[in-house]
Amino acid sequence: MSFAWAKQYEPKNDFTKWIDEKLPLPRLVYNAVGAGYPVPRNLNYMWNFGVLAGFCLMIQIITGVILAMHYAANAEVAFATTEHIMRNVNSGWLMRYAHANGASFFFIVIYLHIFRGFYYSSYKAPREMIWLLGVVIFLLMMATAFMGYVLPWGQMSFWGAKVITGLFGAIPLVGESLQTWLLGGFAPDNAALNRFFSLHFLLPFVIAGVVILHIWALHIPGSSNPTGIEVKKESDTVPFHPYYTAKDGFGLGIFLLAFTFMVFFLPNTLGHPDNYIEANPLSTPALIVPEWYFLPFYAILRAFTSDLTIPFTGIILVPAKLLGVIAMFGSILIWFILPWLDKSPVRSGHYRPMFKKFFWFGLIPCMALLTYCGGAPAEEPYVLLSQIATAYYFLHFLVILPIVSQIEVPKPLPYSITESVLGSDDTAPENSASSDAKGAGEAGSLQPAE
Amino acid sequence: MSIRLGAIIAGLGIVGILFFWSLLPGAINYAPAEKPDYYAFKEKPVAPEGGFSFEGPFGKWDNAQLQRGYQVYKEVCAACHGLKFVAFRNLSELGYSEAEVQAEAANWIVPGIDPNTGEATTRPGKPTDQFPSPFANDVAAAAANNNAIPPDLSLMTKARKDGTNYVYSLLAGYGEPDPEIAASVSEFETPTGLYFNKYFANVNIAMAPPIAADGQVTYADGTEATVDQMSADVAAFLTWTAEPTLVKRKQTGWPVLGFLLFATILAYLSKKQIWAGLKPKKK
Repeated sequence: MSFAWAKQYEPKNDFTKWIDEKLPLPRLVYNAVGAGYPVPRNLNYMWNFGVLAGFCLMIQIITGVILAMHYAANAEVAFATTEHIMRNVNSGWLMRYAHANGASFFFIVIYLHIFRGFYYSSYKAPREMIWLLGVVIFLLMMATAFMGYVLPWGQMSFWGAKVITGLFGAIPLVGESLQTWLLGGFAPDNAALNRFFSLHFLLPFVIAGVVILHIWALHIPGSSNPTGIEVKKESDTVPFHPYYTAKDGFGLGIFLLAFTFMVFFLPNTLGHPDNYIEANPLSTPALIVPEWYFLPFYAILRAFTSDLTIPFTGIILVPAKLLGVIAMFGSILIWFILPWLDKSPVRSGHYRPMFKKFFWFGLIPCMALLTYCGGAPAEEPYVLLSQIATAYYFLHFLVILPIVSQIEVPKPLPYSITESVLGSDDTAPENSASSDAKGAGEAGSLQPAE
Repeated sequence: MSIRLGAIIAGLGIVGILFFWSLLPGAINYAPAEKPDYYAFKEKPVAPEGGFSFEGPFGKWDNAQLQRGYQVYKEVCAACHGLKFVAFRNLSELGYSEAEVQAEAANWIVPGIDPNTGEATTRPGKPTDQFPSPFANDVAAAAANNNAIPPDLSLMTKARKDGTNYVYSLLAGYGEPDPEIAASVSEFETPTGLYFNKYFANVNIAMAPPIAADGQVTYADGTEATVDQMSADVAAFLTWTAEPTLVKRKQTGWPVLGFLLFATILAYLSKKQIWAGLKPKKK
């Protein structure tokens, strides 16, 4: 959005004037991530992850396109060409390790980005559309990452593909035909590998498209901020450039240090050794696990161990597998209605004592437990633990959040972003800092009418 | 309000189904998973004394060790295990000269085509050839080995957890089951045709002890060929075959990290300077 005080792009010389007339791309960049975009001055480092996610997407596309030049999507040779990249292609090992670890880091970044959104309620009005598009991006990322993991055609690639496409087999009536249709056969083979490669190449560009929409939607209301109160005046904001380009530059440096450390010194730590064994349909690995970033959802899938039956009759209403599939997809799909579940007028978790407790002592341990159980074998005590965590997960979003937002008494909000940063605001009305009713009421006015 | 009410009902519904149909019956019939008997014998891989030269962030190949390991592979392992992703030309990375690589390649017999008749035949290897597989196909491999196909070793150390130490431990770790543990476990027996090895996944491995006695290989460099030494050497060699670029990778990493550290410090200082004017003055 353009606040009234946003700086205007002014072409300096004849050439930039000519460009501005014909194709105002520099103006677009200036208004999107330049000095023409006023941003709240109080963003903390949790606001770095949007830019970092975009950077990850670029790493993945660049390394991925290079890998695709040397890879062959054919079940006979896919594993061998992957090794060819590792051994014979100049710097091929670097490209592949960067791509594999890049996927992990993309998910680390995106999870921090999403959980920042949870904590600061970035999904609330007027930013629902940004959130919805973000969930779409996340779903596309999951599909892309899953199909990418199949491409090296190792044991985990093959068996992971079998398990995940098997989920569609749980759908009543059409499931099995659907699964066969998706795979192009009865088991993952050449047809599946080829279409996964094709889609794995296509989807990142679809993601890039939705990212553009995500950023476009962001620029309508402007960035949220850690206090959760809206920008009131010019002193609440700073121009994106140079302030946040500098801050993001530093964040990028830290990110790259961590990323390159993993690539050069621990490149296989986040992967599974079994994927260095070529796919063998006749030999099932002892434990089939997805990549670490899917583990929480895998745990939810496996938490449903019994069919839903009518008690004492044995009539099966919903088989366990279908329940698991519904819960797993549901666990992400419920994020789509999140903006309408949380009715608290206060956005930031800082000012929401009850919400904050459920976030730190409920949701975060729950996700950690789900991740842990997802990587463990399907036996006790992991099954019971994953069931408890799954129950909490759904209770948190569907029950606790709506109720807490109804009954919680928020802490007093500062009058303005300026006040929260400087400790005082000359333009604030008398005794505003202690007036919670005013702060809360003011933010509340941005909630949609019901 | 309706969407929140709907969510609460849906949430309680799904948790109710999970609780009454899956969690509660599971908790009532709770029984911690029992590990199979062989778990009592299992041990984690150990490192040889002194470790390996290529470990750690500054690790480097020990070419003498890799050459010894290659000799063990050639004289012992190659009878059953292939190395299909490695070419003879790669041996030059172990410190062999071009002539030595040529001569070494020629020692191996690889599949070829008779230039006159076009019939399948064999010929001496050339540096551009890959290591040949010891068996014509998997069926032949299984038939010759009590139904267990000897796996290709090119990637073995990456295909197992803690792979280098695993290969070393497995080769040097054959022996009898600990009698004390065996006494505590009922009905433990190594089936005929299998061999007890506490480092193997289910402690009964189909591979007969390949490195059975000291001096099985006579090292060209005069190193004493103990079972331990040969196992460590071949584990080092197989680490190289699994990732020939391992040392190069670490050596590339340092300048990259150094540059990034420098750039990050600069980025931090410029961020600090740019933001300096905005912070409230400390009184």
